[in-house]
Amino acid sequence: MKILRRQLAPAVVMLAALTLVLGLLYPLAVTGVAQATMPGRADGSLVRVDGNVVGSTLVGQGFVGEEYFHPRPSAAGDGYDALASAGSNLGPGSQELIDTVDQRVDEYRTVNRLDEDIVVPVDAVTASGSGLDPHISVANATLQAQRVADARGTSREEVMTLIEIHTDHRSLGFLGQAGVNVLGLNLALDESAR
Amino acid sequence: MRTADWLQAIAILATLAVACPLLGRYIAAVFADDGTPAPGDRFFGPVERFVYRLGGIDSTKEQRWNVYAISLIAFSGVSVLALYALQRLQEMLPLNPSDMAGVAPGIAWNTAVSFVTNTNWQSYSGESTMSHFTQMAGLTVQNFCSAAVGLAVAVALIRGLVRERRGTIGNFWVDLTKAVTRILLPISFVFALVFVGNGVVQNLSGPTEVATLEGATQTLPGGAIASQEVIKVLGTNGGGPFNANSIHPFENPTGFTNLMQIVLILLIPFAMAFAFGRMAKNRKQGYVVAATMFVLLFGTAANNVYQETSGNPALTQLGVTQRATADQSGGNLEGKDIRIGSAGCGVFSAATTNTSTGAANCQHDSMTPAGGGGALFAMMLGEISPGGVGSGLYGMLVFVLMAVFLAGLMVGRTPEYLGKRIQTAEIKLVVLYILFVPLVVLGFGAISVVVGPGLEGQLNTGPHGLSEIVYAFTSAGNNNGSAFGGLTATNDWYTTTLGLCMLVGRFFLAIPTLALAGSLVRKRRVPVTSGTFPTDTPLFAGLLTATVLIVVGLTYFPTLALGPIVEHLAR
Repeated sequence: MKILRRQLAPAVVMLAALTLVLGLLYPLAVTGVAQATMPGRADGSLVRVDGNVVGSTLVGQGFVGEEYFHPRPSAAGDGYDALASAGSNLGPGSQELIDTVDQRVDEYRTVNRLDEDIVVPVDAVTASGSGLDPHISVANATLQAQRVADARGTSREEVMTLIEIHTDHRSLGFLGQAGVNVLGLNLALDESAR
Repeated sequence: MRTADWLQAIAILATLAVACPLLGRYIAAVFADDGTPAPGDRFFGPVERFVYRLGGIDSTKEQRWNVYAISLIAFSGVSVLALYALQRLQEMLPLNPSDMAGVAPGIAWNTAVSFVTNTNWQSYSGESTMSHFTQMAGLTVQNFCSAAVGLAVAVALIRGLVRERRGTIGNFWVDLTKAVTRILLPISFVFALVFVGNGVVQNLSGPTEVATLEGATQTLPGGAIASQEVIKVLGTNGGGPFNANSIHPFENPTGFTNLMQIVLILLIPFAMAFAFGRMAKNRKQGYVVAATMFVLLFGTAANNVYQETSGNPALTQLGVTQRATADQSGGNLEGKDIRIGSAGCGVFSAATTNTSTGAANCQHDSMTPAGGGGALFAMMLGEISPGGVGSGLYGMLVFVLMAVFLAGLMVGRTPEYLGKRIQTAEIKLVVLYILFVPLVVLGFGAISVVVGPGLEGQLNTGPHGLSEIVYAFTSAGNNNGSAFGGLTATNDWYTTTLGLCMLVGRFFLAIPTLALAGSLVRKRRVPVTSGTFPTDTPLFAGLLTATVLIVVGLTYFPTLALGPIVEHLAR
């Protein structure tokens, strides 16, 4: 007990000193340098249209309109709630998962006017891990292209060109996976309509 | 796997193969025993001496193992209390732009223990619970300190093995400080900025309200994310600022940040093996430890990548394609984000569970039975492949002593390691070390599947529901912190028992380890003879790997059989 009491003062002083350095000086120094040199990224890669923030290129949004590309299903709050990032946590054999996916497959085919025998890309019918996935697969976007083109009265080719432009390729060509940035693509569609 | 995925695996291996031996050499220099000045002494020395004087610490005086252990307990105890108070009082403290209320007592206790023990199990959702101040001055600080404590214990054990006929194993306060200032802080500062450069958020502002294109509102969180993210992975902590952890696009925005996170997770634990070889003045001993760690890691990584990229057969029958083509990366994508994909999840999930990190770049609960089972199995290995910062090395060295003991029994000689005789006292401590964690993991797990408060937490049912419960206790007991997130572990039963598991997983392992160091440091070194069993050969690496697998297999196989294995076979 005596040894323990003798080590209490060092413990308190060390924790206080470390808290000052690691809890205040370090994060504030990183913030200072980051804000001075790359404020756009440090603030969340926000996208502005006419001066108004409309979202972040990194965070998905829950588009439902005919004329927009639809993102992946989301389990974050009521969908794409950026204050409640989450996945479904349903196990691979869960009946709830199977029923939900089954229903999503039907809906996906109906909304995009696809034939019954067209297989649906897995990302279109499964909830993402963060609930904020900004991307969909190119296969998923391609299947939505005709519907979006029809709703906007433009050609499928034009929409396909925009899909290609807004595909984020793998970092350095091989890291991670490629995906179409849904917000970027939808913004571009609005832009070209103006 | 496609070409790009193979390249990604090669990039990780190549980076580690270059960085770990270099960092190991540096770590050995920082904790050198020969009186040479450590790197950075001139820069950090004056500040450190000032703090030592303030705390009444004589940095030139070394400690016996029991004083070392008591210093560790005092520091951890004070840390738990401070972190608990900080969470409870956060509404009165600055940097709280979202007006977060004080954290509820059960959650605050669980979180305080969780971060101090390097577990970083999170029973709360960061973006809706913690203020910026709590994240910075509380959680980030313990992300550093808990890793530094692990490093200190590992260095103390190495000294026990290397020194001859001495009573002391170092000074806890000096080791703790050096681990922070010379190793963790410099690396964190650099990579925090690299993270920001790739999109990780770093600000002190409150949430940003956004009007979306379709007229809805979305609220984007702010915070000092990058500075916490880097030590979250570097310190094998896993406690991130957001609920979705490394799946959240503000924590892990690109394929490149994902690669960096995997590398940073594995960096120090592997480097410690090389540092050990250097400090033992026999680098081959370090290679044997590193190779064994790598074999175990590689096995689970290969399994997890294969299982996750193969997809979920239940979905194929519904008209869903999970095949990897030019247009989609495919695989089991429930609980995964596109930019990371199923292969990225496979590698990361193995890295995070073979180390005691517990960060997650995909929802482990939604992984395939054999993939999630791989993650569970990796934790059951006891976080030694390569394990946590420091704790991985000392855990593996305990298994080394077990292996030389078994080899000694086979040839009928007193076992030796690095010239130290391994006798009854040491083997008793080794056995204690190996038994404590399975005892609490399986004990509390067994109780949870028969009592109401244990069962009510499950989201999934059947074998997967059992896996959820076992995963939680395995994660807490091994100080990992990852979760099968479907389990609601916020009731009193889980916050209390998981908190106890975390304490056992930290202190009931660190203290026997220090006792072991104290017992070994007194021994003299016996000369190598023709009868000495060599421990720096591939044969010994094989024996060590087999020892780990047999001990863990015998302990956990029945549980694995009832959970992931039956789920995999029944699908």
